[in-house]
Amino acid sequence: MTAEASATSISRTRRRSFRSWVTSGGVTKIAFALPLLFIFGYFSWGPIVDGIVMSVQNTNLVDDPEFVGWSNFEYVLTDPLLPKAAANTLYYAFLALVFGFPVPLLLATFMAELRGTRRLYSVLAYLPVIVPPVVAVLLWKFFYSPEPTGLFNTVLGWIGAGPFAWLNSADIVMPAIVLESTWAYAGSTVIIYLAALTAVQRDLYEAAELDGAGIIRRTWHITLPQIRGVLLIMLLLQVINTMQVFTEPFIFTGGGPNNASTTLLLMIYNYAFIDGDFGAATALSVLLAAFLGLLSAGYFVATRRLN
Amino acid sequence: MLIQTDSRPIPEVTRAADAAAPPARPPRRREPRAYERGAISDMDRKRPGVRIWLGIWQALVLAGLLVVALGPLLWLFKASVSSSQEILMDPFAMLVSGEFQVENFVRAWTEVRIGDYLLNTAWVVIGSCVATLLTCTTGGYVLSVLRPKWGALLSGAVLATLFIPNIVSLVPLYLTVIEMPGTGWRLLDTYWAVWLPNAASAFLVLIVKRFFDQIPPDLYEAARIDGAGPVRVFFSIVLPLSRPILGVVSLLTIISAWKDYLWPLLVLPSADKQPISVALPKVADTIPLNIQMASLFLAIIIPITLFLLFQKQFLEGAGTSGAVKG
Repeated sequence: MTAEASATSISRTRRRSFRSWVTSGGVTKIAFALPLLFIFGYFSWGPIVDGIVMSVQNTNLVDDPEFVGWSNFEYVLTDPLLPKAAANTLYYAFLALVFGFPVPLLLATFMAELRGTRRLYSVLAYLPVIVPPVVAVLLWKFFYSPEPTGLFNTVLGWIGAGPFAWLNSADIVMPAIVLESTWAYAGSTVIIYLAALTAVQRDLYEAAELDGAGIIRRTWHITLPQIRGVLLIMLLLQVINTMQVFTEPFIFTGGGPNNASTTLLLMIYNYAFIDGDFGAATALSVLLAAFLGLLSAGYFVATRRLN
Repeated sequence: MLIQTDSRPIPEVTRAADAAAPPARPPRRREPRAYERGAISDMDRKRPGVRIWLGIWQALVLAGLLVVALGPLLWLFKASVSSSQEILMDPFAMLVSGEFQVENFVRAWTEVRIGDYLLNTAWVVIGSCVATLLTCTTGGYVLSVLRPKWGALLSGAVLATLFIPNIVSLVPLYLTVIEMPGTGWRLLDTYWAVWLPNAASAFLVLIVKRFFDQIPPDLYEAARIDGAGPVRVFFSIVLPLSRPILGVVSLLTIISAWKDYLWPLLVLPSADKQPISVALPKVADTIPLNIQMASLFLAIIIPITLFLLFQKQFLEGAGTSGAVKG
């Protein structure tokens, strides 16, 4: 949109060269840019701007939107469910880090040392990522059956533990959901780390080896520092993604039991598509996005100092 | 808001293009058995202690991966040919009980109409792929090759969307689909509502642009001297040379469109248009357990087969991109 506008203003200021602009392919350039401008204008830039505008408006599908100031934000911030949902979302992100950060890293550093069989391990590790999330959740929902004959309860029964209520228990429901998500997404992190590990400089290993450093110390002091950039970015991206989690809690529990798995995105969904309150939904979206923005900015300042 | 603080993820993330670009691929990688050393050196590998430990760990990790990654899928197959009774009472009963109900798949196909939903998914996936390829190639061509004066602005505007969490645009995007401002088009309950928004992927546009950047400019120069215009250059030089990256883009789009749940749930309310992801949770509670398991199994066969056939491309694409596409 803006690009189109600036293009016309350029042609206006240099009216004399308009003809040469056309013959030199100016029209073709615009024509090639049209799909991008159309798609991004309507489905990316437009909605982002709208989202911010709508958060200070009262929007419904019948009347014209009306400016209401901060009242959407006031409504959202005083919603008694908000502290619970925010805490759940942070808890989810925290658990996802605890479960999902060390395992892919260990697996990838190990797989980087494999010769010949690396493809087999990669394919296996990536397999769950290919399973559509809905299928994975429905399958795991059965695994988490609270009956003593449920799949996980049977396995734990072999070592004398359980049976657990899993998704019906307010205490276990979040770890249970995170465990499934880790299963579903960890493979893609493994592959990303593995790609980063192939770029590690090899000659440093030789030097360390001459100095008598063992395999573990070589990994700790040479491999890890070299992929620190990727690790730090993946850490942040993971937090940003997990704080916008929707499908898993939505299909597993719909937010239950007793809102123990209601996340911020579930609240946004309920505001918008159950209550029809688009103002509140966009206000909460903007708050969440602003939080994630501040988090990323702070994170980059902190890690830059670290480097 | 993050653009100023961070410029690093882009080179990291767009390395897919570099990796897939023909000039960047070192020919020596093709040679067999020319392994680069890792933390473990060749000398270490000759020591018996290291060899034993490495062997034990390899076996343990492989066993772990088989159980954790493959296990649930094998169990799903087993459940989809069992009776509901058996799945519930004894989930680990192996096929010894003599049950092998292949008819579960037939029932899932006819009664649950899994075939129809798969067809809808195919529509969603193909359309998203075409729309994405069109946007990425033309957009990448403008940003990388044609380079108009406003190109920097455009590429900044595309880049900026990478740093804004998707959630901001969810509700407004839904309203846009209900009625597109200016045109009055109503996309709700049509496949356009899934295809067009799926094409707005800044990440894929930038990947393709990166790839185009690596095509030697001499080729364009030569074509121009031969009298080829920009359209001709696009179709006979740029597109044929960029087959590898178009493959990566297609795969990533297909997988993410196949996995998508929330968006098609919102914009495709009629059951006869819904893709399988949206349909499965709805029908799950209304059908017997074994038929549900058979339906789930039918839903993963195609993606798993595609993955096994195109492992290399999948893993290459994932190695550099999974971060953004999720």
